[in-house]
Amino acid sequence: MIALLIRDLRLAVRAGGGLGLGLAFFLIVVVLVPFAVGPRADLHRVIAPGVLWLGALLACLLSLDRIFALDHEDGSLDLLATAPLPLEALTAIKALAHWLTTGLPLVLAASVLAILMNLPAQGYVPLFASLVLGTPALSVIGTFGAALTVGVRRGGLLMSLLVLPLYVPTLIFGAEAARRGAEGLPYATPLMMLAGITFAVIALLPFASAAVVRVNLR
Amino acid sequence: MLLTAQNISVARGGIAVLEGVTLALATGQAVVLRGPNGAGKTTLLRTLAGLQPPLKGTVEADEAALVYAGHADGIKGALSVHENLGFWASIFGGGDVDAALAAYSLAPLADRPAAALSAGQKRRLGLARLIVARRAVWLLDEPTVSLDTAATAMFVAALRAHLAGGGGAIIATHIELGLNEAGTLDVGPYKARAAAFDDFDEAFL
Repeated sequence: MIALLIRDLRLAVRAGGGLGLGLAFFLIVVVLVPFAVGPRADLHRVIAPGVLWLGALLACLLSLDRIFALDHEDGSLDLLATAPLPLEALTAIKALAHWLTTGLPLVLAASVLAILMNLPAQGYVPLFASLVLGTPALSVIGTFGAALTVGVRRGGLLMSLLVLPLYVPTLIFGAEAARRGAEGLPYATPLMMLAGITFAVIALLPFASAAVVRVNLR
Repeated sequence: MLLTAQNISVARGGIAVLEGVTLALATGQAVVLRGPNGAGKTTLLRTLAGLQPPLKGTVEADEAALVYAGHADGIKGALSVHENLGFWASIFGGGDVDAALAAYSLAPLADRPAAALSAGQKRRLGLARLIVARRAVWLLDEPTVSLDTAATAMFVAALRAHLAGGGGAIIATHIELGLNEAGTLDVGPYKARAAAFDDFDEAFL
């Protein structure tokens, strides 16, 4: 299992690995939004949590189709499915690798890029907490979406359509926690709801993903 | 018996391609699958490997004893030859990577990125995976594609060593491997007749 994680991380940082893809997209969104909205610092402050969350979510979505598609194309997925590694562990590791290469850099970048959005000082901790708790759910749900479209050529569009509705609860509670924090309101409730969603999907979805991969490999 | 298949039917894309196949693989035995393109050799191998369930019949094998090698070698171009093989070695529980590299004379290429290998070298790397996997039953789909005569000889030598060590192999191939001890199974006679629809929803169509 560790070997698979190390391999996926190694592939991500090597040439053509797509480590910077989500990060660059996130940077572009956060840099361009203030230009599009206009020079109104008061407005930026209001929309900052929402924009940062939406940017992180879309950046996550961008790299999802790499999770299984590359392994399926070069035959690794067939070989891994017949290897001693259970498919449930495989999908969980794939989600973890995706989070480490996409989610974690986004969490760290958001804490810095929030300056560009004029996020109030009190909003940094809740933003960071909501992203740390929320982005793993994005990776796990995304892995499930990627599993559903294994073997579909250019399945990115279909996968986005399948995954986006599943992302909505995470987005609502994540952005709500960040918004309340930025406005100085108590944010424990949405943060707990977010944590609940994340732990539930981590506990359940690897099994669903494995079942779906098994069907798609037939 | 390393693997037995009782009267199995296999399907590709929902349509039965072979039916009534019975097969038994004993230790030290190799079975060569023959048949024209599209006869269902790959589908049969994937079914035996457990990648898809048979339509009918049963496959009895210890899943922890199987290793499958398909048309694609599962090689990551961004990793070196040694890293590729080392990954599979740790997935399968620690085979000897250097010995496997030596068996297919890949040692001089060990540090080269796999993307820079030729088709034949990639196939040799794919076959070296079977050695590090240390599994009793090899299920091989066209293992000699893009191999030259020397590399084919390496494969046959590796296969002989595997069989001598108490392993077994089921190989779909079109070329003559020169394995006198291997049994042959021609899948032609098992071709599925036009599927008789006894599906539940057929009554409503």
